[in-house]
Amino acid sequence: MNRLFSWTRFLGVLIKEFIQMKRDRVTFAMMIGMPVMQLLLFGYAIDTDPHNLPTLVEVADESPVVRSLTAAMDTSDYFDFIGIVTSEAESAEALKDGTATVILTVPPGFERDMIRGLRPEILLTVDASDPVAAGGAIGAMNGVVETAMKQSLTGPLSFAAGSEPPFEMVVHRAFNPSEETSINIVPGLLAVILSMTMILITAVAIVRETEKGTMESLIATPVTAAEVMLGKILPYVFVGYVQTFVFLIAARVLFNVPFSGSFLAFFLGFNLYIIVNLAIGFLVSTVARTQMQAMQLSFFTILPTVLLSGFMFPFSAMPGWAQTIGTAIPATHFLRLVRKVMLKGGGLPEVAGNMMAIVVILVVVVAIALRRYRQTLD
Amino acid sequence: MPEKDDVAISVTGLTKVFGDRKVVDDFDMEVKKGAIYGFLGPNGSGKTTTIRMMCGLLTPDGGAGQCLGLDIVKDSREIKKRVGYMTQKFSLYEDLTIAENLDFVARMFGMAGRKRLVEEAVRDLGLEGRAGQLAGTLSGGWKQRLALAACMIHNPDLLLLDEPTAGVDPKARRDFWDEIRRLAAKGVTVLVSTHYMDEAVQCDHIAYIAYGKKLIDGAAEDIPTTIGLSTYVVKGPDLNALEERLKQEDGAGQVIRFGAELHVSGTDKVALDALAAREANGPYEWQAKKAGLEEAFIYLMAGAKDNFGAPLEEVK
Repeated sequence: MNRLFSWTRFLGVLIKEFIQMKRDRVTFAMMIGMPVMQLLLFGYAIDTDPHNLPTLVEVADESPVVRSLTAAMDTSDYFDFIGIVTSEAESAEALKDGTATVILTVPPGFERDMIRGLRPEILLTVDASDPVAAGGAIGAMNGVVETAMKQSLTGPLSFAAGSEPPFEMVVHRAFNPSEETSINIVPGLLAVILSMTMILITAVAIVRETEKGTMESLIATPVTAAEVMLGKILPYVFVGYVQTFVFLIAARVLFNVPFSGSFLAFFLGFNLYIIVNLAIGFLVSTVARTQMQAMQLSFFTILPTVLLSGFMFPFSAMPGWAQTIGTAIPATHFLRLVRKVMLKGGGLPEVAGNMMAIVVILVVVVAIALRRYRQTLD
Repeated sequence: MPEKDDVAISVTGLTKVFGDRKVVDDFDMEVKKGAIYGFLGPNGSGKTTTIRMMCGLLTPDGGAGQCLGLDIVKDSREIKKRVGYMTQKFSLYEDLTIAENLDFVARMFGMAGRKRLVEEAVRDLGLEGRAGQLAGTLSGGWKQRLALAACMIHNPDLLLLDEPTAGVDPKARRDFWDEIRRLAAKGVTVLVSTHYMDEAVQCDHIAYIAYGKKLIDGAAEDIPTTIGLSTYVVKGPDLNALEERLKQEDGAGQVIRFGAELHVSGTDKVALDALAAREANGPYEWQAKKAGLEEAFIYLMAGAKDNFGAPLEEVK
């Protein structure tokens, strides 16, 4: 028998781990059920595009332009045109009590000034207490106003349409032309769900041995650290595969998320990602003494993963220090990798940088974990 | 260290420090092959740490020794293959069945013919038909027997049992010890730590440990003599009052209640005899007896508190 690695012992640990996994129904259900549930929840519930925002138009004089504005608003999915007011006080009141979240103020003589080429200003007031909805509303309103202008500035007025529009509009949503949030959210979810389950379950599974005292009799046998670690971790790699498989099917069937890139790049990337998360779980297990602590520490890693990886909020919008933290999170890189591969049709050359970043994180985590593991043995 | 054929464990100067606490201090011991060797001492006296160092689970900070002719520092992996270690807490998998647990341990030791080994072990335990039961659902006594069977599955030459019968009912404890004696008769060396006097009596040899130091090491029956303890058995009415009164007396070093008797012991035989003579006229019946292990250990434990309760720096 090989001194340092024995297949018998390794398989022994592996089989034992699978049996335990099978017996622990709750955890098993969580591992398979959680991705599906979260996929459905986040995929359907989270939509950062605003819809049906109650909108008032404040206007001093009615004109054809205003009429086409309100008409454009009505056809738009984003705004719910609720009426016209004539005074600033009325609109301010509506904004304050929440009757309206968007006010579009058309100044007197707007149409006349526009025809004269004076580029009059339209004031858009948005209830920004929900910044995400506000941001979306501003973007969408640009589109609505431009459409309205195009429709009204026809015939004898078409000369004005040729000039610069009254609004500067840069709304570029490449790769997601229908602007469905789910197409962006769903690939990101894979990164978050894998990270959550892999870290948590590995950490708990390893700490369980120490907490229940079984580690003591385990290390009294000739089994080596490598056999224990591989035997314990591989079953969870398998779980990661199952989760990814379930996820890919759901993404395709339920959300019509395309898979346009290289499968090989995806495959390599997600294996790497699973490994780095298992390593983090292992690191957590060297710090935690009880399963409870392992769980809390794992949750501690989950929040930054959700908030700073670019899953919830745009990475580029974060301040520099937050981006630095975000860069150290594996999910940040895997998220980019998945979006590149699934949505933008990326292949290995495009995602090589993301993979490298994950490898660097992996090396650091493993180095720390091994140092800690040696200390805990004695 | 010269290797002797009849010695299973031989250690000298064994020391282990956790942080700034010396848990085991300059520990020497020799265990003969085939002996049942008892480890006694209060909680936290370093019994478990000593056992772990001897089977290669912990690396000693000082000292050397051999176990089954192998160096306890360098050959810990080889030692593990030939030693069965039963932990204080039940350390098999509660969510695995009896058979799965045994099979797992057999795999860990790379045993050939696992199926047969597991079947035999289950039969020896008398658990045929229950092999598929989860280990966590067994009663305390059965768990201990299963744990013993698990650490015997690779036919070790040495068995290290760390308080194997803690929290087990008397009947189960008795069965457990019958099993241990059977194994010892087959030539397995057994090192067992315990709190129970009735178990200590079953050992061939006893080492008493307190605060990491070995205080006494000898054949079980010699220990009261070694300490030099004399005992009187006192019977009579209202023992409570007498007990309180005797505790103030100089000659009576130790007064313990045993059911309807008081056992009055002391190392100063002259003073104790004088006390008995003075009291002989009263309503109590005083009878000299040979000091037993029980009195000896209570004496040792009380003494350990007095002598070693001081901070460790002063003890050294």
